[in-house]
Amino acid sequence: MGRVVVIDYGAGNTRSVAYALQRLGVEAVVTDEKDRIRAAERVIFPGVGQAASAMERLQAKGLDTLIPTLTQPVLGVCLGLQLMCRRTEEGDIEGMGIFDAAVRHFRSAGSATAGLRIPHMGWNSVEDAGSRLLRGIPAGSYFYFVHSYYAETGEETRATTTYGIPFSAVVEKDNFFATQFHPEKSGKVGEEVLRNFLEA
Amino acid sequence: MLTFRIIPCLDVRDGRTVKGVNFVDLADAGDPVELGAFYAAQGADELVYLDITATHEKRKTLVALVEKVAATLNIPFTVGGGIGSAEDVEALLRAGADKISVNSSAVYNPALIDELAWRFGSQCVVLAVDARQEKDGTWRVYTHGGRKATDKELFSWVREGVDRGAGEILFTSMDHDGTRQGYALEALRRITESVDVPVIASGGAGKPEDFLDAREKGHAAAALAAGLFHYKELSIPELKEYLAAKGVPVRRGMMKR
Repeated sequence: MGRVVVIDYGAGNTRSVAYALQRLGVEAVVTDEKDRIRAAERVIFPGVGQAASAMERLQAKGLDTLIPTLTQPVLGVCLGLQLMCRRTEEGDIEGMGIFDAAVRHFRSAGSATAGLRIPHMGWNSVEDAGSRLLRGIPAGSYFYFVHSYYAETGEETRATTTYGIPFSAVVEKDNFFATQFHPEKSGKVGEEVLRNFLEA
Repeated sequence: MLTFRIIPCLDVRDGRTVKGVNFVDLADAGDPVELGAFYAAQGADELVYLDITATHEKRKTLVALVEKVAATLNIPFTVGGGIGSAEDVEALLRAGADKISVNSSAVYNPALIDELAWRFGSQCVVLAVDARQEKDGTWRVYTHGGRKATDKELFSWVREGVDRGAGEILFTSMDHDGTRQGYALEALRRITESVDVPVIASGGAGKPEDFLDAREKGHAAAALAAGLFHYKELSIPELKEYLAAKGVPVRRGMMKR
């Protein structure tokens, strides 16, 4: 397996992603250096925490403009997915616009999500709609989610999950992939998603 | 559908897993990393590691343990015990913990919750609350592993914690802990009705029905147990089979490879 880079911008549990790759026999490089990111065979863009401060850190390192220009397979995870979208309600900021989706808070969805506990935390099933990342994974498998904002479904949605309303669990467009769930924390099926990405 | 989570809790002292009955009478129940991997393979949805003798000198030991756990487990885990500052939290999250839980330190310095939520996000801040019902019926918050009474009342403290940014509540009834007589359902229900974040029931699980009650009567999002699992009185696959038969959504049918 070639060089895999995990982007480190101070807003991700990059360690967890690197450990998950290690369990698959892949030693990833964790870095924020543009040259090394550009030269990687595959790039993983994780993220937890708050969108606006994460975006500021990306901007400070010039990574917000680099990531959309990458041509190798790129995998965004959780907040990574949301920052790859057009716009997010969290902090009311522009995303990188790789995916043409808007990110909204579960409470903004009105009566459909009223009374639900936020964050959406735990294991939920994923409905495959032709995802390359989900290849070979049994229908209805459970993945681990923890988030309060979600990407609306659209043409680039390749799998959905329902929490009050259906939202994008997997988004794919050309060389860009992203999951709202945490494959690095989703047991064996999560490992399978990472394996599919490494073979993409 | 979002599933009901089953969470084994591993109390850790000096790098070994222990479990107390009513917080005393500790007994050795194994190596924390191996035990955690065993539970993950059994279908545990999440784990909680609680360092019950956390002191400043031991902090590095805990970080090293968290690194080992993170390298081994492919499910999420929370780390708690003796966490007093944002620096502690940063070290644990960097080491690979998914969530951290605060208890005593938050009671004496509630602004810590705000700081942690702001710096690391509510999703990784669990407010753990140990409480006991007094003779007059009041639920009082205790700290230091249940040794110290505080002037805080359970329900108002939980609401305050959520207002300050806690993303999850871990509620332990000390009266029920270790008794195997079931969770404190009424108090649990009052908590779940007053906050809109997930609540983990803890203290008192003794049989599969107790987990069903935590969900159906207490409206908990997850249920935690320790000795029951450690001493193999109940296995997680058995428990999930029971819950599924009762119509509770649980994560099963893990992929084998």
